[in-house]
Amino acid sequence: MTSILDATALADRLGAACPGAVAAVAPGELRLHREHLIDAVRFLRDDPESDLVFLSGLTAVDRETHFDVVVHLQSLDHNHLLTVKVEADHDEPVVPSLTALYRGAHLQEREVFDLMGIRFEGHPDLRRMFLWDGFPGYPLRKDFLGMPGQLKAGLPGFPHESGDNAWPVPGTGPRPGGAPIVPGGSP
Amino acid sequence: MNLPAAEWYDLRDLNGISRLITEWVADWGPDWLASILTGVIGALGVLAIIGPTLLILIWLERKVIARMQARIGPNRVGPVGLLQPVADAVKLILKEELAPRAADKWVFFLPPVLIFVPAILIWGVLPFGPNMSVADLEMGVLFLVAISGVNVLVVFMAGWAQNNKYALFGAMRVIAMSISYEIPVVLSLLALVFFTGTLSVNGIVLWQQANDVVLFLIFPMSALMFLFGSTAELNRTPADISEAESEIVAGYHTEYSGMRFGLFYAVELANTLAISAFFATFFLGGWWLWGLDQWVPSWLILLAKTGLMYFVFIWLRGTLPRLRLDQLMSFCWKFFVPVGLVFLAVAATQRTLLIELGWDPAVALPIYAVINWGIAGAGVAIYARTAASPAQRLPSRPVMARGRLGGLRAARELADAGSGD
Amino acid sequence: MTSGTPTGVTPGAAEGGFGPNEPVVVNLGPQHPSTHGVFRLKATLDGERVIDADMIIGYLHRSMEKLAEERTFTQNIPFTDRIDYLAAMSNNLAYCLAVEKLCGIEVPPRAQAIRILFAELQRLASHAMANGTFANDCGAWQTPLFHMFRERERILDMFEMTCGARLTTNYMRIGGVAFDLPPELLPALRSFLDDLPGKIEEYRDLLLGNEILVARSRDVGVIDAEGAVNASLAGPVLRATGVPWDIRKADPYSGYEAFDFDIPVGRNGDCYDRFLVRMEEVRQSVQILEQLIDNIPGGAWLAELPLHLRPPEGEAYARVESPRGELGFYVVSDGGPTPYRFHCRAPSLINLTALREMTIGGTLADAIVTLGSIDIVVGEIDR
Repeated sequence: MTSILDATALADRLGAACPGAVAAVAPGELRLHREHLIDAVRFLRDDPESDLVFLSGLTAVDRETHFDVVVHLQSLDHNHLLTVKVEADHDEPVVPSLTALYRGAHLQEREVFDLMGIRFEGHPDLRRMFLWDGFPGYPLRKDFLGMPGQLKAGLPGFPHESGDNAWPVPGTGPRPGGAPIVPGGSP
Repeated sequence: MNLPAAEWYDLRDLNGISRLITEWVADWGPDWLASILTGVIGALGVLAIIGPTLLILIWLERKVIARMQARIGPNRVGPVGLLQPVADAVKLILKEELAPRAADKWVFFLPPVLIFVPAILIWGVLPFGPNMSVADLEMGVLFLVAISGVNVLVVFMAGWAQNNKYALFGAMRVIAMSISYEIPVVLSLLALVFFTGTLSVNGIVLWQQANDVVLFLIFPMSALMFLFGSTAELNRTPADISEAESEIVAGYHTEYSGMRFGLFYAVELANTLAISAFFATFFLGGWWLWGLDQWVPSWLILLAKTGLMYFVFIWLRGTLPRLRLDQLMSFCWKFFVPVGLVFLAVAATQRTLLIELGWDPAVALPIYAVINWGIAGAGVAIYARTAASPAQRLPSRPVMARGRLGGLRAARELADAGSGD
Repeated sequence: MTSGTPTGVTPGAAEGGFGPNEPVVVNLGPQHPSTHGVFRLKATLDGERVIDADMIIGYLHRSMEKLAEERTFTQNIPFTDRIDYLAAMSNNLAYCLAVEKLCGIEVPPRAQAIRILFAELQRLASHAMANGTFANDCGAWQTPLFHMFRERERILDMFEMTCGARLTTNYMRIGGVAFDLPPELLPALRSFLDDLPGKIEEYRDLLLGNEILVARSRDVGVIDAEGAVNASLAGPVLRATGVPWDIRKADPYSGYEAFDFDIPVGRNGDCYDRFLVRMEEVRQSVQILEQLIDNIPGGAWLAELPLHLRPPEGEAYARVESPRGELGFYVVSDGGPTPYRFHCRAPSLINLTALREMTIGGTLADAIVTLGSIDIVVGEIDR
């Protein structure tokens, strides 16, 4: 069974090796500063105790105020998993590329760049992958296709639910509990 | 030619009709008219036999391949799908014929027609019976080799003219391969020619008849070289790299559509049929079958043997994957050419012994057969031993992890444990 | 094939005529017999040798990750069918596992057993397809493919009798499976399992011992274990390099820990090893099914769940060993009825990371065989 790495202990060791890299710690999850990302991940990869040699997945989440780049790192020999998160600005999203450490990040970073618009600094071949060059905008962003006054992706509620959770009607108010609608289309 | 001069209606010798006509013409007309008439009748006769045979064999090929592939095959048009080739031909004729705008027009239009010329000419020297060659040339083997070389030029014209990279690749592969494989084919035939002492195709059959033996038994390696070399020249599996579907789509006829493609296809099948017939003639005794040819029409015997060889070609196609260009080349130059030269020397020596020392063929031929099978087997075994790379010698069973799990460390442990097994 | 001169890119042409080694650019795809879908490999060739390879994808991009954000968690299950349409059950399973992880749902034991049953059947079907097309890429004229299809057909029939669909099954549900097993399924499975080992031996004789196939695929598309791990390869492609890594063992889901099976690994990391590993995995799957078929527990096949499923705020990453490798779903919820983010870790796409390295230096024919041995599904690459 894959164990979830004890992130607190790891953060201590990482902090000793690479001071200032850790921004926050959650169970099984490290949030790193992007300035120190490469050094910190190199430590995580090469340290025999953590041994996170396998980049299982790399993706990004649009949190509307910022982007979270989510990296799942796996140790094959120790069989444990760690989630690493890095924040990127929403306006000018740039994150250092992990391709120098993991070639497996190559296509996944291209995918994130293509669909989410996060630029990976140091990526050798950062081009659009699924969409054609010149495609307007980045479709996985929450504001993509968000017409002025309309809803963004996601349903506020199930059909036949009453009250605030009703089936959405275009142009009627924000999603309950969610962030306010970001008007304006894609770039 | 131990058949008595048959009556004209004797089905065993279709030449009788032609002889009757020419004799009648010679009574009142000039000599050249008789010669031309003989040629025309012969050509028509050949086409009359080959055309229907080809249609049946197309159907047979599709049916046999389908059976090998656990399906039924064509069964809709006509009884058991027999009319399927006709329907295919009609469809191809009705299809629009496209030509790429950037194609070299004349060179593009010519090859489907030109490729028919060698495909028909090659039948001229095939003896369907003791007296049944259209042209029983003294140097029939040479003619055969020369004619089959013409294909290459036509295919290259086709490949170049289409202005298509796949076609160009296909044409280049054909040239490289056909030219290379002509050598083993010629060497294998040359061994026969040395041994039988004749360049006439019918002469080789007559030699087999005279000695009551099929040459396949005496020269197995030549038979293999001829068979494999002709698969290469015919672009059939395992040497169909010039139209390797999974690599270069359709090879040299990628851009041909409609009946132009149909002509390429038909010629390919006709050539396969011809090579089957020539294999049957050179190595399986042709129209002769231990005296049965006295009773059964000799051309039927040849057709039966041809069908057998055609089945072998279908079988190869249905079962084998395709070799790579460089592997085919190295197989040709590193194995077939040296072995072919060895067998050339062997054939010459054995022939000389037979003639000079006056050995009794009934005693000498079995000994030769044993020696030649031994050399052939040894050659194949030695090549099989030396040709495989270290990786190709690895066993065809995977390593089982047996509870090990992990990354590079576990992989190293497994490799160590595996090498210790 | 794009139009242009037959010689393609001519870097030397501008400086005066044809150089001795003039590269030719050949587009394999988007429509090409061997690219298994709308996949385009732009190969730069020097003669027959590949000197550069670039892949151009996206012809089948349907933006599923975006569409999934506008549908409820349950409505997203049919999407996962269409991600990897040759292994729909595995994709259903991975997504359901992710949502169950997010909500903390317990799956009834019967549902777990049924899930394993169909995941393994799906592996058999997918490997049959992969091995058949691989032999086709090696130039076998359809014969192995048709024979493999014969076995796959019986599996798809079993899918059909269970859930009515053959390819895009939409069978798994969050908390279990959609329907109970029909009474005719287990006899059909029994007879299938009785026939299959003999058929596998036939295929071994036909393909694995074939010198031409060995010559075509040994030492072709080689990648070593370090390179494979670094490039995040997964599934048979990783195992062929000798790394014994299988999610079913490493991170057992749905009760795989109760089954006895082995991980086959290769020796050389070449195309033949990938083929070999797949052939052996078929036997291991049969072994799992043999253990499973008589031990399916009774009880419910779907957990009691609220009709309006609103997973708590949070995120979950669940993965399964799909026929193509580690298939992961990363699902983020904001407490609403739809996923806030829906991401699929597609093994087909990530296994292509090493394609360039594997193909360069080989011939064009080798590139085709390498591509076939990676076993891509374009629906999963593009999503």
